[in-house]
Amino acid sequence: MILTLQRYWADRGCVVLQPYDEMMGAGTFHPATTLRALGPKPWRAAYVQPSRRPSDGRYGENPNRLQHYYQFQVILKPSPADILDLYLGSLREIGIDTAKHDIRFVEDDWESPTLGAWGLGWEVWCDGMEVSQFTYFQQVGGLECAPVSGEITYGLERLAMYIQGVDSVYDLAYNDDGVSYGDVFYRNEVEQSAYNFEAANTEVLFRQFGEAQAECRALLERDKPLTLPAYDQAIRASHIFNLLNARGVISVAERQAYIGRVRDLTKAVAESWVAHG
Amino acid sequence: MADFLLELFSEEIPARMQRQAAADLAKLFKAALGEAGVTAAAVETFVTPRRLALIAHGLPLATAALSEERRGPRTDAPAQAIDGFLKSTGLTRDQLEEREDPKGRFLYAVIERPGQATAAVIAGVVPDIVRTFPWPKSMRWGSGSLRWVRPLHGIVALLDGDVIPLEIDGIRSGRTTKGHRFLSSGPIEIGSAATYADQLRAAHVILSSQDRAALIKQRAEAAAEVAGLALIADDGLLIENAGLTEWPVPLLGAFDPAFLDVPPEVIRLTMRTNQKYFACSNAGGTLAPAFVCVANIEASDGGAAIVAGNQKVLAARLADARFFWEQDKKSTLESRLPKLQDIVFHEKLGTVADRAQRLQALCADIEGHFSLGVFNTASTAAKLCKSDLVSGMVGEFPELQGTMGRYYADLEKLPAAVGLAIQEHYQPVGPADECPSDPTSVVVALADKIDALVGFFGIDAKPTGSKDPFALRRAALGVIRLTVENGLRLPFSSLLPASTQLFWNQGFGVKNQTAELIDFFADRLKVQQREAGVRHDLIDAVFALGGEDDLVRLLARVKALQAFVATEDGTNLLAGYKRAANILRIEEKKDARAYDGAVAGLAVPEEVALGASLDRVVADAEAAVAHEDFEAAMGSLATLRPVVDAFFEKVTVNDTDPAVRENRLNLLNRFRVAVHKVADFSRIEG
Repeated sequence: MILTLQRYWADRGCVVLQPYDEMMGAGTFHPATTLRALGPKPWRAAYVQPSRRPSDGRYGENPNRLQHYYQFQVILKPSPADILDLYLGSLREIGIDTAKHDIRFVEDDWESPTLGAWGLGWEVWCDGMEVSQFTYFQQVGGLECAPVSGEITYGLERLAMYIQGVDSVYDLAYNDDGVSYGDVFYRNEVEQSAYNFEAANTEVLFRQFGEAQAECRALLERDKPLTLPAYDQAIRASHIFNLLNARGVISVAERQAYIGRVRDLTKAVAESWVAHG
Repeated sequence: MADFLLELFSEEIPARMQRQAAADLAKLFKAALGEAGVTAAAVETFVTPRRLALIAHGLPLATAALSEERRGPRTDAPAQAIDGFLKSTGLTRDQLEEREDPKGRFLYAVIERPGQATAAVIAGVVPDIVRTFPWPKSMRWGSGSLRWVRPLHGIVALLDGDVIPLEIDGIRSGRTTKGHRFLSSGPIEIGSAATYADQLRAAHVILSSQDRAALIKQRAEAAAEVAGLALIADDGLLIENAGLTEWPVPLLGAFDPAFLDVPPEVIRLTMRTNQKYFACSNAGGTLAPAFVCVANIEASDGGAAIVAGNQKVLAARLADARFFWEQDKKSTLESRLPKLQDIVFHEKLGTVADRAQRLQALCADIEGHFSLGVFNTASTAAKLCKSDLVSGMVGEFPELQGTMGRYYADLEKLPAAVGLAIQEHYQPVGPADECPSDPTSVVVALADKIDALVGFFGIDAKPTGSKDPFALRRAALGVIRLTVENGLRLPFSSLLPASTQLFWNQGFGVKNQTAELIDFFADRLKVQQREAGVRHDLIDAVFALGGEDDLVRLLARVKALQAFVATEDGTNLLAGYKRAANILRIEEKKDARAYDGAVAGLAVPEEVALGASLDRVVADAEAAVAHEDFEAAMGSLATLRPVVDAFFEKVTVNDTDPAVRENRLNLLNRFRVAVHKVADFSRIEG
């Protein structure tokens, strides 16, 4: 499925990239999306990104909620007029018969407070299941996007469940020799959920958050700012915040303050990216 | 006469914005044409997920020609003035006429405005409407700068079947549109406004959202009925589904009955908000393990795959809900209390834990006053009523606050009144919501609202104009309804300071705003009574007396007054009162003094009679008011009517003897004072 999507989008002018090696909540955080969405240069890219959502852990007990899963991300800048048709074409390519399945575009305004980004679009439903997220970026890092990028995010596990007709993500066949998704990831879900909710050392995390924040600032304040390394630190701070949140040690009042701190970092990075691009 | 069709074809428009968009399009189009002097016989608008359309019937083909004459400066005016005039009229000097009038020789411009073709008018106004359309949220796309709710792809603009050429940000009008996204292929050439709906229908698009809603209702009910179930009506969901489909196909699905362990509210909420499914009930009226989803296609396999897919999604949602439910059952409401310290209620009013503590104390005060025998249950409920806010289920579904608290309370086998009060303490939320009547619920619900009112007023966060971020008007109305509908007399003058003290005890420096709050309650009561259809002047007449903090008594007085002024005695007494009050007003103004002295030495029989009657009536009315028998108070006032009438008939107030005049004015004042024992009649109209 990943190979099919890669080929499909490569045929439509996308550079096919590899996952970014920082822990992040969504493929959007990959610099190939966030940073490339800024500025006037056209850009088309497609890649898989492992995504970590600490609060979504269910100890392997939920058939389709995971704290670690894979997204396939496509970014087209500027968004072409036939972007929805292109997207539907990709669904057919991976085996979803649009004459048999109910595909729907349901309003979903996307906003990432930590990225200082927002856009309008839909979640795409296939027979009531959200299989993709579709967004026209309006702002990233507090800066206006012109031209506008169209972003398509496929939930790979969900799509695979659909195509394979299984009820639980853990029953997905990983290959033709009887290896299932559960064989590969079940133990990871159980242990990582326990880590996210129970074991993560919050003192260490609080300290790391502060360090990432300071490092990001320092890299941007150099005479010759190091924008991309600074962005890595911002991604790291964002993930640590998500972990602290899952541990339930950030009160509602503090939450806004932490989100604001991460947003300030991504804003500073975005400004540096545009200014020194 | 001509018919005009406009279709704005775009990517999927959010369901919740569609209805307003259709209304706005009609309004803007009519207004823009009206400005150009064109009126349509009728304007209809339509909206589907992918198109916003308008049909205007009976348009004139052209506007009437107009001729306008304007006088300019004198012929010998400075060149600057003449140039300005030329500029404003768009004419040249030799096109102006010169005319003589008594003040000199003036320049005149005669501007002929020829009739304009309606097509040209429309071509002019449509781009403006599109560019300034009031979407709640709009966006840019691609490399363009136009804003629309989602990317706009096509414009059909046909006047009697002919294309009106226009262009907006590179999008040219034409007659081409598309049908259903999946059930139709290729472009459709629209003939005219008259064929539009039928051509779309042939391309699997039902244009009218009402038609789609009606179809969904009918087919969804039928689908449920086949399985021996009844569809649970939900108009909001009907409209939403009509906004998500161009060709709606309701399908029945089922879920594992084992999930029915989870509270039905949770199941219905997750089906409704997450999946847009209708719920079904079985013969006994309980929730059935079934749902109706609305697909947007006529599937090649009759919908089997769609139903199977939706069932799978719902099963996962319900598994998630059950996960929260099972997790939540592991802790008690009491054990969650410490977590409330993490939720800030308001930075100046403390955490939710602080609030729960105040509510508990305030419930004791309220219960202490009424002695309803619910001290223990109210105290427990107040302490625990916010605990469910930190449960997993309420975290996932905030709408279930209170409802979940009751489930958890019942699971812990707390007294039924405690669970009920936890559920009901947010109520009533608005004028139409049910008002709690169980004593425990009433006490906790009152405490919840009074604490919020006292706290926010105390930090000067009062509602202003249309801004009421903490819903204090609703809270005040809630207090009014809880007291009035349960016949409770809340001693505001002592309760509000007691509530303020509770904030002080916790170290929160709120101001004591008791007087302001009592006025606020009175104000809300007035609004409520006005909305209930009580004459505002009668409300004013009672409220003008002031100094009343007992809402129940206030309302009894309004009610008695309303009945009284409807009687003949009431009408006549009011006439007599107005006459007396008018005389007093005029004379007091003239003499710049008040006539409120003692009455002595009455001589004429009619004035003697009035004086004697007043002595009696004042005593009677005061006694009746003291017993809160306002009907009796008004009844005794009514007995004044014949003596008042006789007085005005026989007695001249403004006697030539100043002493007699003053005495009579004092007498009239006594009459006015007597009437005011019941209400300020000067506020009553008529």
